[in-house]
Amino acid sequence: MSNTHVDLSKRHSEKPVFSSEKMAEVQGIISQYPEGKHKSAIIRILHIAEETFGGWLSIETMDYVAEVLNIEPIEVYEVATFYTMFNLEPTGKFVFEVCRTGPCMLVGSDQLIEHIESTLDIKVGETTKDGMFTLKTAECLGACGYGPMLQCGKKYHEHLTNEKVNELIAAYRSGELPK
Amino acid sequence: MARRILLEHDNVPGIETFDVYRKNGGYRSVEKALKKMTPQEIVDEVQKSGLRGRGGAGFPTGMKWSFLAKPDGVPRYLLCNADESEPGTFKDRYLMEKIPHLLIEGMIVSSFALGANLSFIYIRGEYMWILEILEKAIAEAYANGFLGKNILGSGYDLDLRVAPGGGAYICGEETALIESLEGKRGNPRMKPPFPAVKGLWGCPTVVNNVESIAAVVPIINDGGDEYAKIGIGKSTGTKLISAGGNLARPGVYEIELGLSVEEFIYGDDYCRGIANGKKLKACIPGGSSVPILPAHLVTKTAEGLDRLMSYESLAEGGFVSGSMLGSGGFIVFDEDQCVVRNTWTFARFYAHESCGQCSPCREGTGWMEKVLNRLEHGQGNMRDIDLLAEINKKIEGNTICPLGDAAAWPVAAAIRHFREEFEWHVTNKEEAQTRNYGLLKASM
Ligand SMILES: Cc1cc2nc3c(=O)[nH]c(=O)nc-3n(C[C@H](O)[C@H](O)[C@H](O)COP(=O)(O)O)c2cc1C
Ligand code: SF4
Ligand code: FES
Repeated sequence: MSNTHVDLSKRHSEKPVFSSEKMAEVQGIISQYPEGKHKSAIIRILHIAEETFGGWLSIETMDYVAEVLNIEPIEVYEVATFYTMFNLEPTGKFVFEVCRTGPCMLVGSDQLIEHIESTLDIKVGETTKDGMFTLKTAECLGACGYGPMLQCGKKYHEHLTNEKVNELIAAYRSGELPK
Repeated sequence: MARRILLEHDNVPGIETFDVYRKNGGYRSVEKALKKMTPQEIVDEVQKSGLRGRGGAGFPTGMKWSFLAKPDGVPRYLLCNADESEPGTFKDRYLMEKIPHLLIEGMIVSSFALGANLSFIYIRGEYMWILEILEKAIAEAYANGFLGKNILGSGYDLDLRVAPGGGAYICGEETALIESLEGKRGNPRMKPPFPAVKGLWGCPTVVNNVESIAAVVPIINDGGDEYAKIGIGKSTGTKLISAGGNLARPGVYEIELGLSVEEFIYGDDYCRGIANGKKLKACIPGGSSVPILPAHLVTKTAEGLDRLMSYESLAEGGFVSGSMLGSGGFIVFDEDQCVVRNTWTFARFYAHESCGQCSPCREGTGWMEKVLNRLEHGQGNMRDIDLLAEINKKIEGNTICPLGDAAAWPVAAAIRHFREEFEWHVTNKEEAQTRNYGLLKASM
């Protein structure tokens, strides 16, 4: 229940629109559901919309998703604010989400977070000045036996050490690792 | 006792592809079920097997299936719960990533048994790459005639879809999962009506865990009676255990139920003891929602009997000296770990994940988090420890779904077994603030 607030000062200046290929993908997902049950596709489409329109969901993006699904905008806001994976504000290019729940804590997630904070010179919740990295914490990501770990985009980075994180940051910076 | 039924082929190269999976005996249960068995016969075999739900509650799967309402002309749905978000649990992920076709095979047989023609796998949104693995495998199953219209010429039609969540533990609760699949916020529903009568889109629905559905495959291949011979007493079959925390060899293990906890923690085939040669301090055997056990109650019960990896043995001693098998999220603490800190992370987790519908859960989880936060950081007092127990009592049994209880019980268990450690945080404020747990160890 953490995403309960939508900051209306952050907006997209242009109306987001899916390319025709993206639209075909989206329509394909909608068609997986029975007639009249297309609303079920909403979470997956929000994931696609977030990925397509800058890594976060603006009011404009949510309104556009409502239009695509032919539902009321409020139905989209309700969902987008409930599920914590959705970013309701712009983020850095790469978002590091470090799991900090018990099993990861037992194997050093606290130290890992401190190390990333000092390496990137930001605190949890902040973005680096160059806009490259945002650091967040996450609750159990289903990698408890492979901790400490972090998720970046669709990718899990596991069995992390300070050295591995340094390499990871360098790799993301140099563009070796895709978003 | 290393017994591999579900994970028999997990290390075969290419097992994630249809061809290799099929060559290793895959999809035999679909042939058998669709060509030689009636849906009722499949339900009977699952009942005979004694299989109990692997998602956490351990409810007999065959019995759950027999409760499904079958009104004429109304579709029925099977939903696979792949939300896997209980801290400590990562087994479903392993199964889906390694052997996606095993889950698909189980979904086909189970859907046929329940009379479902459209089934869903609801997967946590963070597992997006596994969603892609599953969709690829599903496409192969369609291409080979195991999904779609008139499967293997039997006249049975089935469509199988995968739907992602968006990062909400509560969507693992079956009615919240249904709400989420309908495209809404994941607020659990009041029961009754149960999903077996009114579930997805108001139709009769069964929700089962990934591992439960996968287990249907060997049950149909070998028969329910054969499956029931594996395991011990009412804990039949094998179980996937997610082993994490301070173990020498953490990971996912398939065990025969009834294996001793001692063997599981220290055996060469399993976790090989505590990491870095340290000593065992405590263990949470079934995921964050079950009670923690101090070292002396982990491998032995209070009566001195060997503790076994089974539903019954782990629960031996009830809330006083026992715990639960739960989802099989086995979390081990070495001697240097702080139980208060761990309990605080769990409280924070539940406060974060409460859907907010019921005030005892919404307010209670947040309050517990605050109190534990201050205790852990050396800012609490002795009253706080009792306050936690009081908050607990206000939540327990007063909520729509079991998340409230799941948040309350582990805190109660931690205080029951490690009260001195909570008190240490009050009397040694400075050390607690600097997280100097070495001192804590010396003082115990
Ligand atoms: C808060 C909460 C979270 C749950 N999370 C999961 C989960 O991630 N996976 C799961 O299979 N069951 C989970 N369950 C249990 C489900 O409600 C349901 O009982 C289970 O999916 C039934 O499958 P089974 O009988 O095969 O175990 C959860 C229950 C609660 C109350
Ligand atoms: S117990 Fe908590 S999570 Fe469950 S319905 Fe109530 S508020 Fe939501
Ligand atoms: S506790 Fe970190 S992934 Fe589970």
